[in-house]
Amino acid sequence: MTANDASGEPTRRDFLYIATGMAGVVGAATAVWPFIDQMAPDASTLAASSIEVNVASLEPGMSLTVKWRGKPVFIRNRTDKEIEEAKAVALDDLKDPLARNANLQAGAEATDIDRSAGEGNENWLVMIGVCTHLGCIPLGQAGDFGGWFCPCHGSHYDTAGRIRKGPAPENMAVPLFSFTSDTVIKIG
Amino acid sequence: MSGDHSTYNPTTGFGKWMDSRLPLMRLTHDSFVSYPVPRNLNYAYTFGAILSMMLVVQLLTGIVLAMHYAASTGIAFNSVEHIMRDVNFGWLLRYMHANGASFFFVAVYLHIARGMYYGSYKAPREVLWILGVVILLLMMATAFMGYVLPWGQMSFWGATVITGFFTAFPGIGETIQQFLLGGFAVDNATLNRFYSLHYLLPFMIAGVVVLHVWALHVTGQTNPTGIEIKSKTDTVQFTPYATIKDGLATSVFLLVFCWFVFYMPNFLGHADNYIQANSLKTPAHIVPEWYFLPFYAILRAITFSIGPIDSKLGGVLAMFGSIAVLFLLPWLDTSKVRSAVYRPWYKLFFWLFVANAIFLGWLGAKPAEGTYTTLAQISTLFYFAFFLVILPVLGLIETPRRLPNSITEAVLAKRSGSGGSKPAAAAASPETRG
Ligand code: HEM
Ligand code: FES
Repeated sequence: MTANDASGEPTRRDFLYIATGMAGVVGAATAVWPFIDQMAPDASTLAASSIEVNVASLEPGMSLTVKWRGKPVFIRNRTDKEIEEAKAVALDDLKDPLARNANLQAGAEATDIDRSAGEGNENWLVMIGVCTHLGCIPLGQAGDFGGWFCPCHGSHYDTAGRIRKGPAPENMAVPLFSFTSDTVIKIG
Repeated sequence: MSGDHSTYNPTTGFGKWMDSRLPLMRLTHDSFVSYPVPRNLNYAYTFGAILSMMLVVQLLTGIVLAMHYAASTGIAFNSVEHIMRDVNFGWLLRYMHANGASFFFVAVYLHIARGMYYGSYKAPREVLWILGVVILLLMMATAFMGYVLPWGQMSFWGATVITGFFTAFPGIGETIQQFLLGGFAVDNATLNRFYSLHYLLPFMIAGVVVLHVWALHVTGQTNPTGIEIKSKTDTVQFTPYATIKDGLATSVFLLVFCWFVFYMPNFLGHADNYIQANSLKTPAHIVPEWYFLPFYAILRAITFSIGPIDSKLGGVLAMFGSIAVLFLLPWLDTSKVRSAVYRPWYKLFFWLFVANAIFLGWLGAKPAEGTYTTLAQISTLFYFAFFLVILPVLGLIETPRRLPNSITEAVLAKRSGSGGSKPAAAAASPETRG
């Protein structure tokens, strides 16, 4: 790339060499991007990313599983006993101390109220029914803590969907949701 | 070896005309006819030919299956059943393809074991070895994505668990997974891209195989003694000697393959994959195909956190590491002696390694709990210790047995019934140099 004529000055060829090379690199990088970006979730997948669910028929102790973004979402109207059990757990006993609740700030603690639908709606638990280990679907009202049990590699969750035992690292995630009326939940 | 001057002699007019324009026949002749191979190759050296054949079997059956298969979540499962019931010989083609994948892995594992036993990875064959590991990785990716195509329960949940590995990486894990899936869960976008890649990767394998064979023909083959070729008497011509030997081994291999295809075509599969994928119901017991089981056992063996690495990430790293370590093998083995035949301690540890790998596979199919987990942890420890501790140390402290002076000497010593213990007799035999 250095001068190749006798004077040692850069030549016009040197300039063209560098300019073409640079344009080539930038051009190639730009051309590659669409090929990579097409892999990302497409517009139709993103568009289907919010649903409304009527939960009027759910008595305490009943659950509903709905599909949201291709994944199951557990909606459970918890019994008083389940709420009491979850409340009785000391935060120090939790494997994952964070609420993992998309409706709260990232640092929120995994107390029962912060896992549930909040003040006044504490009986409602809405969470993505996907084991945080490798993605299997846990079975409801099973396992050592009366919450959920994942049969794939043996993870036990409690009645607030918090991981208590087994290989899963995190509490099951609570998605963004809100009550649009007394009986309708909007997820996403 | 490729430096030897060519012995190709075109006889026909067309042959001569072509030879001075595109010497394809000359290349073929020099590579597969007159090419010199060590005279003492045994049947462990036939798996290369068997693998080449299996690649062709997979390509041919795959391309015709693709004429009847439809990659869409609504109809994929039924299109495979349509292949099985309606398409002429569809059942045969699909069983050949599904069992072919298994037999491909049987052959590749034996091929790798051969390389480890005879020290084929040592200088100057490091690049040849690394290309082999690249082929293994591509095969794994291809087989994994192929298994998703029939869209059964194992297809779906296997894909979920394996793409779930990537969520173990902190921060960017989730994004990587969504990129692979094209969504938030395994779905139509996933099936389509896996189909596209499942079609592409075998051709990339074919490309890397060409490089692999090229590298082989630059360095020449090893042989059971591990001694390099020194003279012409050490070698025989590829054709007919190696060709016939490969042919016989391939035929026997195909017989066993046919036995599976015709008499027990579903033995290696999983019954749950005949149930259509259901994204809301996980099967009670997810097991990968048998050829992934040892790695699956390693993944699940890590149930504890190490510092900032939690058990999930640790498992994923151990699993990827168990293959990555193969790349380093040429530099981890410090012994100057190639073949296990002359390394009594290495020979022992090699067979322990094989037994351990099979044991890991067995554990991979068991539930991950109780003693199984403990055993898997011990086995995983041995797997890594073999590469990272035993191999480097053994090369420094082991006293190898006396090596013969040449392949010819070793062969003649064996033929005189002395198994190499009478070097005097061999030395007296004709060692015509050049
Ligand atoms: C390295 C070579 C290959 C391997 C290891 C491989 C492996 C597999 C496996 C394990 C399956 C699932 C079989 C089942 O359980 O039904 C599969 C399915 C399939 N493969 Fe391949 N494959 C290879 C090459 C190809 C090629 C070159 C094509 C051609 C385009 C192809 C097309 C298909 C199709 C259409 C299916 C779905 C039909 C079915 O499930 O039987 N494969 N492959
Ligand atoms: S996926 Fe649930 S325990 Fe592994």
